[in-house]
Amino acid sequence: MIPAQFDYVRPANLEEALKILTEREGEAKLLAGGYSLIPLLKLRLAAPGLLVDMRDIGGMDGIVETDDDLRIGAKATHRQIHESATIARYPLLHDVAGGIGDPQVRNWGTIGGSVAHADPASDWPAALLAANAKIVCRGQSGERVVAARDFFLDTFTTAIEPTEVLTEIRFNRRPRGQGGAYTKLERRAGDFATAGLAAIIRLDDGGTIMFAGIGVTGVSPSPYAATDAEAALMGKRPSEEVFRAAGVAAAAMSDPASDTRGPVDYKRAMVAELTLRSLRTATERALANS
Amino acid sequence: MTTQHISVTVNGEAREADVEPRLLLVHLLRDVFGLTGTHIGCDTSNCGACTVHLNGESAKSCTVLAVQADGAQIKTIEGMADGATLHPLQQAFWDQHGLQCGFCTPGMIMQAAWLLDQNPSPNEHEIREGISGNLCRCTGYVNIVKAIQQASGQLQAGESAPVEAAATTAG
Repeated sequence: MIPAQFDYVRPANLEEALKILTEREGEAKLLAGGYSLIPLLKLRLAAPGLLVDMRDIGGMDGIVETDDDLRIGAKATHRQIHESATIARYPLLHDVAGGIGDPQVRNWGTIGGSVAHADPASDWPAALLAANAKIVCRGQSGERVVAARDFFLDTFTTAIEPTEVLTEIRFNRRPRGQGGAYTKLERRAGDFATAGLAAIIRLDDGGTIMFAGIGVTGVSPSPYAATDAEAALMGKRPSEEVFRAAGVAAAAMSDPASDTRGPVDYKRAMVAELTLRSLRTATERALANS
Repeated sequence: MTTQHISVTVNGEAREADVEPRLLLVHLLRDVFGLTGTHIGCDTSNCGACTVHLNGESAKSCTVLAVQADGAQIKTIEGMADGATLHPLQQAFWDQHGLQCGFCTPGMIMQAAWLLDQNPSPNEHEIREGISGNLCRCTGYVNIVKAIQQASGQLQAGESAPVEAAATTAG
């Protein structure tokens, strides 16, 4: 399959890329790893007039903890993230990075590309929603920080402007008593998630849930934060009964489509089950980190 | 139609081409350079038959633009053997009957070579995970896994002694 024709540029730095995006507003599309965009170009579901290759722009793939947060550069590949010693302390992110696509996809696909692409069945958005991450968007006039929960607007649609570059994703540093996990159901290795469930649990010293974050992918037009499930967990002590109630709440907020990955009822049931499994693992990890 | 001039090193040899930006790397290799050992299977980034090494990392060449590879080192299945001497992975696929129709084999071998670069002695689970982006519709993977295990053992033992391509062992 051959993509439609497009122009191609490879700017040397971010400023140059931003200038091009402004000059060719609405026509240009950023290219990083290409493992989301190129399949769409080949299917001609996307036909941008210009591809702006981020390859030669340095300094956008760092993974660093500051005093306040954890910062992952947009160009960090899934593999870099999975193998990072820093990310080993963030089990939710470690789970997600190691389970995306297949080894070749993880070698080249980037977190920024995946998040900006916003496929409704992609893995990173669920984690960003669960973790209340922040997404840094840079334009010619400066930088703005968008909460993940305000970022994913609809299928393949985010709050990023056509003249902006997604440069970084910021997470809260992992506090004591917090653990996370990502569980996904896929038909076979490398498939998109039939359903994916990201969970974060933080326990206080008495063992009560003081923070719960639940992000769900694959079962609605856009990944969503299961706020009803979070509310069902807050202030409770972890138990199978509480987790099951959260699973029912997360499933009730889903809006899946019936397709080759399964009918609506099945997908809803899977959301409930995956919620249970992610919460069990997240809680074990929270206890191990107390 | 505007073209762009690119330079790449393929299996150690410097090559240049004028390409449309939309040309895929797999088409550059097959149609422009005549290296048809790299196969096009699904053409949808799933099957891995087109796997090559791009700057040392395995990549699905149907999901890379040729212009993205400008300046890169590329290794394909044609670069694996040393003259008439098969690479230990190629010999192992032969010895273990790690193929039936052979269509997936070039990609499978390139992915296995990358895997053994990363992890010289993978266990069975790690091998299966490592080739999870490569689909074979004939073998059920059993003999492919055995072949990678054989090559891993040979490479580990430093058995670089030439193995004649024709000298297979029966049974």
